Amino acid sequence: MNVLNEWAFVGIFIAIAWVFPALPIIIARFFGPKKPNAIKLMTYESGVETVGDTWVQFKIQYYLYGLVFLIFDVEMVFLFPWAVAYNELNFFAFGAGLLFIFLLTDALIYAWRKNALEWS
Amino acid sequence: MDCSSVVVCDLLRSGGMDPGLAMFIALLLGVVLVTTIPLVTVIFLIWVERKVAARIQDRLGPNRVGPFGLLQTFADMIKLITKENITPANADRVVYNFAPLLSVVSVVLIWAVIPFTPYHIGTDLEIGALYIVAVASLGTLAIMTAGWASNNKYALLGAFRVVAQLVSYEVPLVFALLVPIMLAGSMGMQDIVYAQAGMWFFFMVPLSAVLLFIASHAETGRGPFDLIEAESEIIAGFNIEYSGMKFGMFFAAEFIHVFTNAVLMAVFFFGGWWGPGALDAPLLALLYLGLKSAVIYFIYLWVRNTFPRVRIDQLLDLNWKFFVPLSIVNVLVVAFVLKILQELQIAVPLNASTNFLATIPMTVVLLLVNVAMTYALIAWLRNRGAKARQVDLANQHEDIVVAGAAGD
Repeated sequence: MNVLNEWAFVGIFIAIAWVFPALPIIIARFFGPKKPNAIKLMTYESGVETVGDTWVQFKIQYYLYGLVFLIFDVEMVFLFPWAVAYNELNFFAFGAGLLFIFLLTDALIYAWRKNALEWS
Repeated sequence: MDCSSVVVCDLLRSGGMDPGLAMFIALLLGVVLVTTIPLVTVIFLIWVERKVAARIQDRLGPNRVGPFGLLQTFADMIKLITKENITPANADRVVYNFAPLLSVVSVVLIWAVIPFTPYHIGTDLEIGALYIVAVASLGTLAIMTAGWASNNKYALLGAFRVVAQLVSYEVPLVFALLVPIMLAGSMGMQDIVYAQAGMWFFFMVPLSAVLLFIASHAETGRGPFDLIEAESEIIAGFNIEYSGMKFGMFFAAEFIHVFTNAVLMAVFFFGGWWGPGALDAPLLALLYLGLKSAVIYFIYLWVRNTFPRVRIDQLLDLNWKFFVPLSIVNVLVVAFVLKILQELQIAVPLNASTNFLATIPMTVVLLLVNVAMTYALIAWLRNRGAKARQVDLANQHEDIVVAGAAGD
């Protein structure tokens, strides 16, 4: 198969894959009872009425982990081709990889020193 | 388009069909076949999981429906189908219904690039490994949307923890994945399997295999890392507001995910379908892959049922202050040793025709380096643990002295 067909397979796969989880949910609609009432549709919170809105500001720590992750997410994409071509490159490739990883590990060390990784 | 390499396509075209349409139908059949495999396997896997968990906890597990309780899953399915589907009034309906679908799809999509035998693979993408990383991270999104759309405080807390946990553990996962790619010199899944013709990567770089195992275990959100649905803390986390078949889909997605991880471990580190006679008999190759995956799957279950749950701060510290630096060092050390071996002409190119004996020198060196790294690591951890215990002991002693002085 050529490149176009390989990706056509993925394209069809993405379309078809939705059918399999959707089917049982749709079938269940016909078999299950449907008797909604106000109490049943209430948000579950250990039997008491929920107080205030759920979608509020939350702990900053979660954002920080997200941000630190972002550094590595970008880094990883660049390291994949480096790893693939590694066997054909000379010793310089190792130095380049080392430098690249070092520059980004800097960010991790910085976040660490600034206590961004402390859970408190 | 090239039609000749696909049997079904040839058959349809000889019946006078348009080649483009024939190719499309052939691809469609392939897709349906590949999608069905994980979804049928999961029915059996749920039974295996429950039986293994029961045996570890000294129970019998399901044994009433059918022989050895084999039909238990079908009974559960009928139960889930006849349950009422409750959508809470406050939920964001569109996203709420979308999340369970996405969680299954994200896992099933991985199977597009899994090599079953030398000749049977959904599609052998040149960037197979990168495709897996990209698609698998959709699962995180599914759980996040589920938690947010439920409009429930527990569910939202679960979703937060997902962001922290799943996203964090993706870093060591990908760094561990870089090592087999580097050894094979390719991201294509078949290439990675062929590169293990001489020697399984597990014997060259066991540390990476262990890292990938732990990180992928955290990615499924179970075992000691089941904080996203910790029953005793946030009840069920992201799926608290889901009922009936929608809950069933999250459940199924988790089970398929674990088995998919077992298959990926087998492909990346244990030679995939490779075994004696695999090239001549595709069925035998499939059996090898199945056996390897089953053993790894059992270890996943074993870990899940044996270890106690960690705290969220411990979980994140373990990742960011231990696994991430370790996985980076691991990649650099392996890269360095590999380059030296290549310069010294000890390393051999790894491909389908690599001899077992030819790989021994490079395997021994890489293995020794890995053992040395592991040894240093364990020594460091022991040292650190001993120091922490001493500090604890000193504090305790101080407390006793203070209590004594106060006359308590």
